[in-house]
Amino acid sequence: MNLAFLPGVQPVQPPKPDPTLPPVWLEQVSKVFGKGEHALLALDGVSMEVHRGEFVCIVGASGCGKSTLLSIVAGLEQPTSGRVHIDSRPALMFQEPALLPWLTVERNVELPLRLRRLARGERRHEVERLLTLVNLLGFEKRRPHELSGGMRQRVALARALAQNSDVLLMDEPFAAVDAITRDVLHEDLTRIWEQAGITVIFVTHNVREAVRLGDRVVLMSSRPGKVAHTWWVDIPRPRRIETAEVGAQSQVITEELRAEIRKHARR
Amino acid sequence: MPGAEPELASLEKGLDALELARGERGFSLQRLAGAVLPKLAAVAVVVLVWQAAVLLQLKPSYVLPAPADVARNLGEQWQRGHLVEAVASSLSRAAVGYAVSLVFGTLLGIAIARVRLLRVSLGSVIAGLQSLPSVTWVPFGILAFGLTNTTIYFVVVMGAFPSIANGVVAAYDQIPPLLLSVGRAMGARGTALYRHVIIPASMPGYVAGLKQAWSFSWRSLMAAELIAISPQLGLGLGQLLDSGRQLSDMGLVVAAIVLILAVGIAVDELVFAPLDAGIRRRRGLTVV
Repeated sequence: MNLAFLPGVQPVQPPKPDPTLPPVWLEQVSKVFGKGEHALLALDGVSMEVHRGEFVCIVGASGCGKSTLLSIVAGLEQPTSGRVHIDSRPALMFQEPALLPWLTVERNVELPLRLRRLARGERRHEVERLLTLVNLLGFEKRRPHELSGGMRQRVALARALAQNSDVLLMDEPFAAVDAITRDVLHEDLTRIWEQAGITVIFVTHNVREAVRLGDRVVLMSSRPGKVAHTWWVDIPRPRRIETAEVGAQSQVITEELRAEIRKHARR
Repeated sequence: MPGAEPELASLEKGLDALELARGERGFSLQRLAGAVLPKLAAVAVVVLVWQAAVLLQLKPSYVLPAPADVARNLGEQWQRGHLVEAVASSLSRAAVGYAVSLVFGTLLGIAIARVRLLRVSLGSVIAGLQSLPSVTWVPFGILAFGLTNTTIYFVVVMGAFPSIANGVVAAYDQIPPLLLSVGRAMGARGTALYRHVIIPASMPGYVAGLKQAWSFSWRSLMAAELIAISPQLGLGLGQLLDSGRQLSDMGLVVAAIVLILAVGIAVDELVFAPLDAGIRRRRGLTVV
């Protein structure tokens, strides 16, 4: 299929390392789990360059190593070979909100500020700003278990933003919330990304979500994880997940995703 | 940086309100009564059954004293000052022994949790010590320390510290790895990770160990007090119980048992249960 004929879809070549150093830049990153016969090649020579302020979505089936890739970028795991450049400690969000259950909403958001050694007055001001941003003012004193799943994920977003990092890594952050809530969270995230000018790397297996959110969608093949295709999404924002343009692009990417999965059928 | 536009903001508020529709639980006399009345009812049932057994004369009164006899006995002990003295000295012994166990057990637990060699070597020994009845340490203590308070403290510590150490190890092992990842991703390393994540995350398991250690230390204390008897040791609840045996006074024996039970329950209900319930409630874990 010649993708260039489809609206809004242009295939791109794998990026070459840029000496001006974008905020996130991976060069031939490989990751092997285990040793000897049981060794598993999770990532095989992944190169990727993410530009400042870019929203990149990574999609792929199970076993494509997308979560491993994110852990490596986050510095939680070391690559077996290859180089990772990242110009600050990235903020990280998971599928679970992973809030500290013994802290109130405001104390959860405040923790990164404490770790950044901000003064008390500054912290209070910043917590208020961040909770306004995620539309949670009035819930400061609640504890995580008293909130809905979507609200917890917004607290987690505010907490991630509190790290004041240029780069936000998100590992299927909206996979566990209902569709209506997810839709609203997409709007929140897009608005905050546009306002804050941060760089986002967003891992998902929901292709429509990737097209709804991203400037670029990277498809990874599975076992080993490799970059299979990359698409630029040039649908103008604001976007909605239910529109025909998002649907058309998703269809193209889904076809490729299915083709990648079919390769495993005979193994 | 502004918040959401009004349209999205109101949509989000609407979703939040729909998700959170539930009643608030506050303090009320009704709830207090609901917590206390079933306990009183259980005690009343036990006393009634006991009284019925006495009235049916199932056993002679020197074997099965009536509740009223036991109550009279308690009154006598109160008037002579023995009751207060015995409860006070037993409680203070338990407190000293418990405090030593707390420090020792916590430090040992941290060491076992953190050091692989200690975990492999000492881990199962400590778990095994928990099942060793602490009364077995009484002869050892008497030979080593004589008939002194040290012997009693020693037995209490041997009974209680394994629970605390095991509690620390279990609590450490049960910290969700995700929370550790979150802490590290935020930049918490070393002491900051301990202070903000590891220690608070292990509190529920640690407090469960503390609670268990209390019942172990109280049991151990009674074993020690029953056996280690000497004038210079003074009167504890165990000694009171033993004096009942020596005088063949079943009323006093049962009175002492009731006292031992009551103090054990009171400490658990007043100290450990609220501590445990508070920690669990704050985290949204089930509280009965």
